[in-house]
Amino acid sequence: MVRYITVKLLYMLFTLFILATATFFLMKVIPGNPFLGEKKLPTQIYNNIMEKYGFDQPLYKQYLKYMNNLIHFDLGTSMKSTHLTVNKIIHSSFSNSAKLGIAAIIVSIIAGIGLGIISALYHGKVIDHFTSILAVIGVSIPSFVIGPLLQYFLGVKLGWFHVAGLKGPLDYIMPTITLSALPIAFIARLTRSNMIEVMNAEFIKTAKSKGLAKSFIIYHHALRNAILPVVTYLGPMTANIITGSVVVEAIFGIAGLGKYFIDSVTNRDYTLIMGVTLFYAAILMIMRFCTDVAYVFVDPRIKLSGREGNA
Amino acid sequence: MVSPKKLSLTLLASLLVFVLILSACTSSKNNDSNSSPTSEPSNSPTSSSSPSASATSDNNLAADQVFRLNLHSEPPTLDPGMAQDNVSGTVLNAIMEGLTTVDENGKVGSGMAKEWKISDDSLTYTFTLRDDIKWNTGEPVTAHDFEFSWKRVLDPAKQTPAPYAYQLYYLKNAEGYNTKKITDVNQVGVKAQDDKTLVVTLAQPTAYFLTLCSFYTYYPVNKAVVEKNPDFDKEASTMTTNGPFLLAEWKHNESITLKRNPDYYGANEVKLNEVRLSMVNDANTEISMYDTNELDWAGRPVGTIPTDMIPSLKANPEANLQIKGIASTYYYLFNLTKPPFNNKKIRQAFAMAVNRQALIDNVTHGEQKPAFGFVPYGINGADKQFREEVQDNYFTEDLEKAKQLLAEGMAEAKLTKLPKFELIHNENEGHKKIATAIADMWKKNLGVDVTVQSQEWGVFLTNRTNKNYQIARAGWGADYNDPNTFLDMFMTGGGNNDAGYANPEYDKLIKEAGSTIDQKVRMQALANAEKMLIDDMAILPLYYYTGIWMQKPYVKNVFIDYSGEIHFNKGYIEAH
Repeated sequence: MVRYITVKLLYMLFTLFILATATFFLMKVIPGNPFLGEKKLPTQIYNNIMEKYGFDQPLYKQYLKYMNNLIHFDLGTSMKSTHLTVNKIIHSSFSNSAKLGIAAIIVSIIAGIGLGIISALYHGKVIDHFTSILAVIGVSIPSFVIGPLLQYFLGVKLGWFHVAGLKGPLDYIMPTITLSALPIAFIARLTRSNMIEVMNAEFIKTAKSKGLAKSFIIYHHALRNAILPVVTYLGPMTANIITGSVVVEAIFGIAGLGKYFIDSVTNRDYTLIMGVTLFYAAILMIMRFCTDVAYVFVDPRIKLSGREGNA
Repeated sequence: MVSPKKLSLTLLASLLVFVLILSACTSSKNNDSNSSPTSEPSNSPTSSSSPSASATSDNNLAADQVFRLNLHSEPPTLDPGMAQDNVSGTVLNAIMEGLTTVDENGKVGSGMAKEWKISDDSLTYTFTLRDDIKWNTGEPVTAHDFEFSWKRVLDPAKQTPAPYAYQLYYLKNAEGYNTKKITDVNQVGVKAQDDKTLVVTLAQPTAYFLTLCSFYTYYPVNKAVVEKNPDFDKEASTMTTNGPFLLAEWKHNESITLKRNPDYYGANEVKLNEVRLSMVNDANTEISMYDTNELDWAGRPVGTIPTDMIPSLKANPEANLQIKGIASTYYYLFNLTKPPFNNKKIRQAFAMAVNRQALIDNVTHGEQKPAFGFVPYGINGADKQFREEVQDNYFTEDLEKAKQLLAEGMAEAKLTKLPKFELIHNENEGHKKIATAIADMWKKNLGVDVTVQSQEWGVFLTNRTNKNYQIARAGWGADYNDPNTFLDMFMTGGGNNDAGYANPEYDKLIKEAGSTIDQKVRMQALANAEKMLIDDMAILPLYYYTGIWMQKPYVKNVFIDYSGEIHFNKGYIEAH
């Protein structure tokens, strides 16, 4: 186990290093820079600024300087909002995204697995069709439709919730629904199909014939096996959701991390591009790692060893 | 297996249609039923609820003097010397003040300075500061603060060089110092004679210098604070302010709260107790917040009302949509350095083959004015607005003439067929619709094929700067209230001259306008320059912008100025 974790960590650091290098050079290749605007700066002022940021230096020197700062966990200052460090932007916006994200994940898991089990148990019945339709809706209607619909009916027309912002606990309801619609539907379908498969397996039949209670069978035998693919899905999903959704955050005016994935590139805010890219990658890898560990608990047959690098 | 899927899809589709119908019904119903009393002028004697009664008739003030505006995003900076955008400007205009102020009609009034003397050669301005002006820390604002602040903006070795330093190039030796040609900062034309007297020497006579003094780059910062803490602009607690409002709270990327400054010299004219600025980026969400009374204002100056919503909002009196001309021009650039648009007749043909009014009525919807010149409405001339004194009848839309000019131009350029060319614009739904409509007009009217290409902002700007285009979208807004802010950009080799226009006669006219403060002479020179620019069809003017916004009927005295910026310092909320 210890060996596994050590190898994994080294592997993650190496990936981050490759990613940082690739992103650094890619973003320098795309045309434009942070100081472009409809109104151009006089050449001398522009040159002064480039000099201050070290952009007049050869690229490899800029790269070495950046990597040196990165090793010291200094992501630099945003080039668009010069009063904010990248660390600070990520810290404050991630806390908003994560709060909302965790709410959405809890809702997704409970509702998704719940619906999945119900429709599997009532396979082919009305309730199964009903949840299937719900799942199709969840998968096929994008969040930029669900969000504004909720906002319009529950916020503008009925006036139950604030249209935007996360000022009180009630304000979480609409964005959480919007954010979790897709994962609920996905998890429900995944759980359902696995559950149906498992319920027809020999060992369940044996358990049934032994006269065990149905609830006992479902919880101890069926669900444990049916849930494995869901756990696989949960890792990347969690990383996606807690780092914020561009669309949902924009619709509900939430000061989260999501918008920076696009804004930082539009503004050519180099330091922020690097910051959010690396942060997202790190979260994603940590989540995948957690998934691997979670397997061990869900399925005792799986053992983690350092030799196999992949999950 | 297929049919249940199909079935659920059909179900889903019908559900969606149903929802849409439902929403259409409810929205039209709610217009009459949900109506709060709109613009009720006489709200009888509730004056007891307004404690801050002063000389003016305050009996109509609401008890809660709070104004809520959406800023859309975090201000890039609140250091007035570093600012260069209207989000920052909107906040700075409320919390800080320069030597002068400008009213709704563009008239200059006193600010931190109570009076000034201008020397006979128009080069030396002697400002006398008010006695009762204080920083938020309680210390008096002095002439030394101004001297320090202006020199700080010009300092080429500043921690981060100020992008808008060139706004101060009107001062003697300012440009030289900022561009490192002069090392002695004392040669820059600003000097505090004593605490109350600031002497400013200009490089050349500048008719609009007093207006410039009200612009944020000219705002003072507290010398004592900034010398000790150059990062003063990071948080609300360390900011230095001297304006009608205090920066009470600044939650980065979330909200800003301003509070009335009781120590401001004109505090009794400031009625709003609080201004809440939110940072919600989505235009539709902003409108929903306005609908649910979470905002008192939506749209201009920092937001935009989506063009496809304008017609329905116009039809809805509840929305209280406002439209006002602002001093900006929407135009297309021709690349004058490459064929085919290095030929004047071809350019003229393209300019004449556009139906501007149709574009405004069917695409932009914002009551913009068709442009046949470059200087927009709202810009001052000698006595009246420049656009009223100088008609922009430089050319007319004329299809027959356009076709004839195109044929002649192509013959001159020895072309039998126009080469394939592109019209580029920066990624934006509005720009795309306009470009598509215009390409369509050219196709129909001139029989030419144009490819419309949408480009990402940075890519677009790089292409335009490098003259890697044939026709490109452009827009220009006023930096100060004078035609020069538009016309000087097309001087030969000018940094913003992306068209590549080079005309020594034109340069001469602009220089002539810059050498005197006789407004009659200046305006004549500038009018001649504009005529030359459009006669040469160096650019293709399309329309003069309008500012479009919604304001609750109880918001009073808040106005959008000539350039489209908002001023709420003297605003108030009427009882409603």
